[in-house]
Amino acid sequence: MYYIGIDIGSTGAKGVLYKDDIICREIMPTGWKPKETGRNLYYKLLNDSNISEKDIENVVVTGYGRVAVDFADKVVTEITCHAKGGYYLNNSVRTIIDIGGQDSKVISLDSNGQVKDFIMNDKCAAGTGKFLEVTINSLGASLDEIDEITEGVEPVKINSMCTVFAESEIISLISAGKNKEEVAMGVINAIAEQGKNLLKKIKVKDIVLFTGGLAKSSVIKDTLSKKINENIITSRDSLYAGAIGAAVIASEL
Amino acid sequence: MNSLNDFFENLDPETLDGHGPVAMKDLVEEDNKNVVGTYCVFTPYEVIRAADAIPVTLCSTSDATIEDGEEDLPRNLCPLIKSSYGFAITDKCPYFHFADIIVGETTCDGKKKMYEYLDDVTPVHVMNLPQSNDRDIDFEIWKDEVVLLKEKLEAKYDTEITKERLKEEIENKNKERQAIKNFYELGKLNPSPLYGTEIFKVINITNYTFDKEIAIDRINEISEEVLERYNNGDKRISEDAPRILITGCPMGQATEKVIKAIEDNGGSVVCLESCTGLKPNDQLVNEDIDPIEAITEKYLNTPCSCMSPNDNRVELLNRLVEEYQVDGVVDMILQACHTYNVESHRIKEELKEASNTPYINIETDYSQSDVGQLETRLTAFLEML
Ligand code: SF4
Ligand code: SF4
Repeated sequence: MYYIGIDIGSTGAKGVLYKDDIICREIMPTGWKPKETGRNLYYKLLNDSNISEKDIENVVVTGYGRVAVDFADKVVTEITCHAKGGYYLNNSVRTIIDIGGQDSKVISLDSNGQVKDFIMNDKCAAGTGKFLEVTINSLGASLDEIDEITEGVEPVKINSMCTVFAESEIISLISAGKNKEEVAMGVINAIAEQGKNLLKKIKVKDIVLFTGGLAKSSVIKDTLSKKINENIITSRDSLYAGAIGAAVIASEL
Repeated sequence: MNSLNDFFENLDPETLDGHGPVAMKDLVEEDNKNVVGTYCVFTPYEVIRAADAIPVTLCSTSDATIEDGEEDLPRNLCPLIKSSYGFAITDKCPYFHFADIIVGETTCDGKKKMYEYLDDVTPVHVMNLPQSNDRDIDFEIWKDEVVLLKEKLEAKYDTEITKERLKEEIENKNKERQAIKNFYELGKLNPSPLYGTEIFKVINITNYTFDKEIAIDRINEISEEVLERYNNGDKRISEDAPRILITGCPMGQATEKVIKAIEDNGGSVVCLESCTGLKPNDQLVNEDIDPIEAITEKYLNTPCSCMSPNDNRVELLNRLVEEYQVDGVVDMILQACHTYNVESHRIKEELKEASNTPYINIETDYSQSDVGQLETRLTAFLEML
C-alpha cells in the first residue's frame, strides 16, 4: 500500500508518494484553484509512478489550501507536517525554520519529533518568499540567480521590511548609485534578520533545519547561520518537508 | 426531550425577558431609571446600584465603528478602545445612548486618554486606579476613589448611598456572581457539558439582563437544565478533546472567532478567564466587613495586566489550570494592547514552571480577515497537545 502527502502552499503545491521510502515527488504552482491543483497533483503522482488509485491507502493534505481539498482522509496543519517531515529527513533535527511564500515559521521539536512549541510570523509578507520575489524582481534579477550574484558581496542596509515600501526603497538605492548585487545582498540580509528574530523567540536547539522554497539558496542559509551562530542544514528535500510529513502521517493513520 | 444543542440554539437573547436594549429603554423611559456606563471590571458595580442607577458595560466588541473611532484616535490603538469610542461618537450603541454618566478608570494608557475625548460626548468620571495592589497605600488610594465615586453619584442623583444600601447591593451582586460561577464551573466536568461559545453567550445574556432577579433565576435554570441533560447522557464533547483555557483581553462578538476556531478544530474551551468571563466573578465581595472596604479590596485585586506586578493573574491561572484540568492555554491579545502583550512572556514561563502547560498567544483585532491564519495556529496548537 502507498500513501500520499500533499502540501498546498500559497505559491507552490507539493506532493509526495510514500511507501517505506519516498517514491515520487511532484511540484506545481498552486494557482487560483487549490482544490483542482490538489487533484491534479494527486493524479500526477499516480501517473508518474504507474500506480492506480486503489493502491493508495491514505491521503493527508496540509498547507494553506488544505481545507479546500475534498479527498483527504485527514487534514493536518503545516506546523505538524513540517515537524514530521523535518524529523523524517533527519531525526537529530530539533529546530525547523521554514520560510514559505506567505509566511514563515519556527518549530521546536523534542527528541521524538513531537512539536514542543512553534511561532509564525505576523500577517504580512515581510521576510517571506513573496518579499524576496518582489524585491529581487524589481532589481531585474530572478530568484534562481541570487546565490550567484551575491557571492562575496557586502550588503547595503534595507530599512523597510514591508514589501510595498521595500520596493520603492530599492529603487531609490539603485538611483543613488548602489549596484544591483549589493542591494540584492541587502534584501537577503533583511530576510535573514527577520528569520533570526523569529528564531530568537523560541529557544533554538541544534540541529536547525531550513525548509521551504528559499531553503535551496545557500546564501540565505549561510547568512542566517552566521546571524544565529548555529549551523543550519538543509536537505535536497527541504522544499518537500511539509508533503513528506503529511505522507508519513498518512502511513501512521 | 430536546438535546442540549437545540436548547442553546433556541436560547435567543432577543426574546428574553428583561434583556437587551429594549429592556433598558423601558427602564429609562417608564421607570425613570438612570444609567451609568462602565468600561472595565474595576468599576465598583455595587456603588452604582446603591445609587439606584443601572450600570451597563459599554466595552465594544464589534469592528463596525473602528473607522469612525480612527477619525480622532490613532490607528495603532487597541480595537476595543477605538470601537468603543466610535460607538460613542456615532451614537450607534443603545446603551451608550441611555447613559448619562460614564465611569472609567486609569487602567491602560489608551483608555485613559480616550476618556478625555469621550467626556465631550457624555461626562466621564475617571477613577484613579493605582497601578499595583500590594501596598497599603494602594488600598488607601483606591478606597478614596470609591468614596469619591459614591459622593459623585450622590450629588448627581441627589440621593444618599447608605451603608445599608451598599450591603444590600453587595449581597445581590454576590448572588449573581455565585450563579454565574455555578454555571461556568460546569466546565470543570470532564468532558465539559458546554461549548465555550455557549459559556460566553450565557454570561453575556446575564450581564445584559438588568433585572437581576430574572437574570439569576434564568442562569440557575440553565445550569440545572444542562446538568440534568448531561447526567442523562447528553454528552456532546469527546473525552479526548484537548481542554483549553482562554485568557487575555476582554472577548466579544468579533473575537468569538477565537473560541470558534478552537472548537471547530477539535478543542474544547472549558474556561474563559478574561474580563468577559470568569475574572469579575471569581472573588465575591466580603459581606462581613465595612462595605466600602470590602468593595475596595475586591476590585483592587482584579487580576488585570495593567497592574504591576500582576501576580494575581499568575496565581489565578495556575489554580484554574488545575481545577479545570486544562491541557493548553490560549492567550488572546488585542493588537496594540501593550500590557497583555508584554505580560505574555511571563505567563508562558510561569505556566511552564508550575505545570508545564503548553501556551500560545494569539494577537488579533476585530476584523475577520485573519480567521484562516488563526485556524492554522490554533489547530497546530491543538495537534501539539
Ligand atoms: S482587561 Fe483590565 S483594563 Fe481591560 S476591561 Fe479588563 S480589567 Fe479593565
Ligand atoms: S485590551 Fe488592553 S489596550 Fe485594550 S482597553 Fe483593555 S487593557 Fe487597554
